[in-house]
Amino acid sequence: MNLTLKIWRQANATSKGEMVTYPIENVSPDMSFLEMMDVLNEQLINKGIDPIAFDHDCREGICGMCSMYINGEAHGPDRLVTTCQLHMRKFKDGETITIEPFRANAFPVVKDLAVDRSAFDRIQHAGGFVSVNTSGNTQDANNIPINKHDADKAFDAATCIGCGACVASCKNASAMLFVSAKVSQYALLPQGKVEATDRVLNMVKQMDEEGFGNCTNTGACEVECPKGISLENIARMNREYLFATVKG
Amino acid sequence: MSGINSSLARKYAMALSGLFLVVFLLQHFIINLTSVFSEEVFNEISHFMGNNPLVQFVLQPVLIFGVLFHFMMGFILDIKNRKARSQGYAQNNGAANSSWMSRNMILSGITILSFLVLHFIDFWFPEMNYKYVQILPEDPNRYFEEMVHKFENVIRVITYVISFFFLMLHLLHGFSSSFQSVGLNNKYTRGIKGFTLAFSIVVPAGFIFIAIFHHLNA
Repeated sequence: MNLTLKIWRQANATSKGEMVTYPIENVSPDMSFLEMMDVLNEQLINKGIDPIAFDHDCREGICGMCSMYINGEAHGPDRLVTTCQLHMRKFKDGETITIEPFRANAFPVVKDLAVDRSAFDRIQHAGGFVSVNTSGNTQDANNIPINKHDADKAFDAATCIGCGACVASCKNASAMLFVSAKVSQYALLPQGKVEATDRVLNMVKQMDEEGFGNCTNTGACEVECPKGISLENIARMNREYLFATVKG
Repeated sequence: MSGINSSLARKYAMALSGLFLVVFLLQHFIINLTSVFSEEVFNEISHFMGNNPLVQFVLQPVLIFGVLFHFMMGFILDIKNRKARSQGYAQNNGAANSSWMSRNMILSGITILSFLVLHFIDFWFPEMNYKYVQILPEDPNRYFEEMVHKFENVIRVITYVISFFFLMLHLLHGFSSSFQSVGLNNKYTRGIKGFTLAFSIVVPAGFIFIAIFHHLNA
């Protein structure tokens, strides 16, 4: 496959970026998108050009590090996959592919396609955990009976890898799908109920402080989420938040 | 930002004010629909609505507040949401993951607001002038004729038809979305979506039918 890549280049967080066009030839349809980027970078290095910075780690679709807004969609045109699991066979020979970083003020560009998603970490720190005594008296989680329906829903919510595709896809750069998944995975389990009030209030407060937009229920996040996190979680977070606010 | 200033509180406010306006829309539609079947019934209800102190001095101010609140909150949210992404994408394929209606609520909202200004100039201001400025003697049979007279003008009818089309687009996303915003997403969601879809098409289409009906019968 021969392709034309239009890629966002930005030297650092403060510099002004621009779209730069790179032709690439002999791309195998069996390559992953990141492998194609590796090949391009190798060619750039050989030419003495600074390689394109992009986030990646496990390349198995579970770490949430890879990002990229490909042809107008987070993680590209395929569904329920991250960019590392996107394959070049999804594109046509001769196609022009536009590659941009995830755009949101809360996700500032670090360099090229790499963005700072530490806002998600700070939201997690605000309440995305259960306080557990680890001094040797920890109760076995399996001692607490949980009905399968709730356990499954909590697990589904917990599959969120925090990649930020929801923010990137949302026209308002809202982080509500991510935050609601993290709220839900605890709200559904007895272990999480102890700190439920503080959790949802603190996480939403942190989310607002980070400068994410508001949810207008377009549903774009759910469609683009590589893990299929459901909008049902946002409704649950809204309920949790209402009850927590009333409860104080 | 917490409590009533939080993003979630604003979401609730938008949803609840929207649901309130939907209820108003339904009663307005039912009253208008009577004009198709009976001039007398339409006159009777209009006379009641226009002269009942509870409707005039309690419900009417609450409604005006609800309308202004929904629009103001909509604008505030839109400005805040735009600020969350200063630099947009060079290529964004919104149609791949969301409906046109959901992405353009502000556009349909502004169209409805413009229509409301026209609607107030057409009906509400003359009515207020009649009752409270000039204090003319009340004629319980004047409403039907006044309304039919307005729809003689084809430009007005076309404007109304276009406005109700945008109302349909606004409702197609907004009505079902308000249930999600207040936390209702469960086994009843499919039914709610079906009902809101039917409502969002039938009510604006009904308003369009009434406008055209009176134009053709004028």
